Amino acid sequence: MLEVLFIGLSLGSVLLLVALGLAITYGAMGVINMAHGEMVMVGAYVTVLSGIWLGANIFVAIPLAFIVTALLGLLIEKLVVRKLYGRLLDTLLATWGIAILIQQAVRLEFGLSFFGIHIEGLGPGLQNVAVPEFLQGAFSIGGAEINRYRAFIILVTAILALLTWLIMYRTPIGTQVRAIIRNPKMAAACGIDVERVNALTFAFGSGLAGIAGVMVSGFKTVFPDMGTPMVVDGFLVVVMGGVGSLLGSVFSAGILGEINGLVASVTNDILARAVVFGIVIAIIILKPKGLFALKGR
Amino acid sequence: MKGNSMAIDRRKFIKGGLLATGAAMTSPAVFSSGAQAAGEIKVGVLFSLTGGLSIVEKSLHDATMMAISEINEKGGVNGMKITAVAEDGASDPKTFNEKASKLVIQDRVPTVFGCYTSASRKAVLPVFEKRHNLLFYPTYYEGFECSKNVVYTGAVPNQQLSNFIPWIIKTLGKKKFFIVGSNYIYPREMAKVSKILIEKNGGQWIADEYLELGHSEWGSMVNKIKNSGCDVVLSNVVGDSVVAFYREFKNQGLTHDKLPICATVTSEIEIAAMGPEYAVGSYTSFPYFQAIDTPANKDFVARYRKFVNDPKAVTHHALECSYFQVYLWKQAVEKAGKATPEAIVANIGGQSFDAPGGKVTVEAQNLHTALTPRIAQWQADGQGKIVNAYDQPVFPLPYVAYGETESNLFCTAKGLDSAKLKL
Repeated sequence: MLEVLFIGLSLGSVLLLVALGLAITYGAMGVINMAHGEMVMVGAYVTVLSGIWLGANIFVAIPLAFIVTALLGLLIEKLVVRKLYGRLLDTLLATWGIAILIQQAVRLEFGLSFFGIHIEGLGPGLQNVAVPEFLQGAFSIGGAEINRYRAFIILVTAILALLTWLIMYRTPIGTQVRAIIRNPKMAAACGIDVERVNALTFAFGSGLAGIAGVMVSGFKTVFPDMGTPMVVDGFLVVVMGGVGSLLGSVFSAGILGEINGLVASVTNDILARAVVFGIVIAIIILKPKGLFALKGR
Repeated sequence: MKGNSMAIDRRKFIKGGLLATGAAMTSPAVFSSGAQAAGEIKVGVLFSLTGGLSIVEKSLHDATMMAISEINEKGGVNGMKITAVAEDGASDPKTFNEKASKLVIQDRVPTVFGCYTSASRKAVLPVFEKRHNLLFYPTYYEGFECSKNVVYTGAVPNQQLSNFIPWIIKTLGKKKFFIVGSNYIYPREMAKVSKILIEKNGGQWIADEYLELGHSEWGSMVNKIKNSGCDVVLSNVVGDSVVAFYREFKNQGLTHDKLPICATVTSEIEIAAMGPEYAVGSYTSFPYFQAIDTPANKDFVARYRKFVNDPKAVTHHALECSYFQVYLWKQAVEKAGKATPEAIVANIGGQSFDAPGGKVTVEAQNLHTALTPRIAQWQADGQGKIVNAYDQPVFPLPYVAYGETESNLFCTAKGLDSAKLKL
């Protein structure tokens, strides 16, 4: 039973890992960022490339991926998203286009494959990331075999969630972000540089996705399309938890993960997924603003 | 005067035109033999060069192109050069159908080499049957097909399982099977054949589970395997799910020496993608492995790497079939003396070729290919060590899941005997 609960917790932590960045960009800025999954993918490729070219392990890849994807996020915000604030559908389409661009850039090795140049670690193929020996295998607690890598993911997710919470609720910039979530115009009137804060928020959200990519690369396959299904799960978590609520995302990821794990252990994964979708639909119908909706005026 | 000659010209033109249309309507063959006179034979090559499946299909495309260029270098087919018309199926069955129609109707090729997934093959099948054209299909597949317009050069279930299951039970001494697969027709048919063989050989299967195609979250399933009391896992998992599966397997503390994964789809490609350390000690059954230790195969691997300009490129079963089926086709064309779909089908039966993995023969009865089953154990360098091989090629039985045997064929030269097929 402990093992099943642990798997559920681990499923939840992976969900939260991807959703954390989305909770910030979608929650704070109202941007449906379809390229979020591609940020995860870029993070995974940073891990692959730093492993091949720098001989670095995943611990080095974590800050590296954060920097690369945060900068990429900043670029996307400055070039595209900034011009489309308040136009929900337009940002959705624009970021979807960006997602396809990023995928193809990786697949075509930034166009170099047209000139017959091959960069090891890029291209359409499947890549793999070496996981340090001490994170492979399992250890046992109370008779239950606990998967080391999954325990590591749970730990990293907890640290990231805590860090995000600290930034959002214990720093001046976090206060500004929360002010913008409540009412962007009022925040601007109070002297907050909304453009600058938005750009930083988007970069931070993208950076979190990059770290998610590093973690996911250790147990999933790395390939150009890998991010697309993850972004769907991410949105499920954010919508169920309540847009703009960090705590909501943490809880809904945990709940969905445990339900998935429990149902899968008695029946199978396909049915578990259907149950998860069913629960999300029910919650959206009963509480359209999610479990932990902010009260607005 | 001027007007008169014009009239004659036009009459000639119309007459000629009518003839041409008439000819075109009877058969595409007239045109391809016309192409022969020009000293070339056009063939279609149809794999996905873009999209998710391009990872594997690009290598099949390359192997086909390599065989064609080798044949051309050695003087072609009956002195005629092969010209390949390559199309991109884009990992989408509908695109496969459109491109197949284009190759058959517009380019008038007498043969297409192509398709990897069963979904794409099923999508193009009507084109080849309706237009009386010919497809050479290089992939191992689930069987249950008996078309006179397809030559199947990959393995069918009995060629991957008929020595595998008895070997697991007798040599490895494992009797309790946990069968796991991706949720679509190939793994389900493989499971069906496996169960027949497991029961016949005195083993038992304790679970038969499926996950969605592309599923990469294996936590619950591996936990289930761990608590099931099985002593061997038979995996029909395909694609990138394989990678996540083997990684989770090791990460939950399972080892291949106590509980080996015996797979039917895990090839050199997936092993390279997951990192060999996760697969060391597990087994796969295929007719071909890159590690086959013969001069012919080593030479083939070297030539392929040179051809694709990648010193680390891996070869695998479907890739080898993509290569040798072009040679089988060449032999049939040479025997027939002409390159029409009818003539090639009539002469392909009984054609043998010394492929990189050993002798292969197309069986005239069902147009499937006799191949030599092999079992390999994966090593730390990402290559398989051949631990068991049949001493001769095994006859292909596409309906083995429904009781087909070599002495009681369901699919014969006359077509499918549906009276024997009890579903």
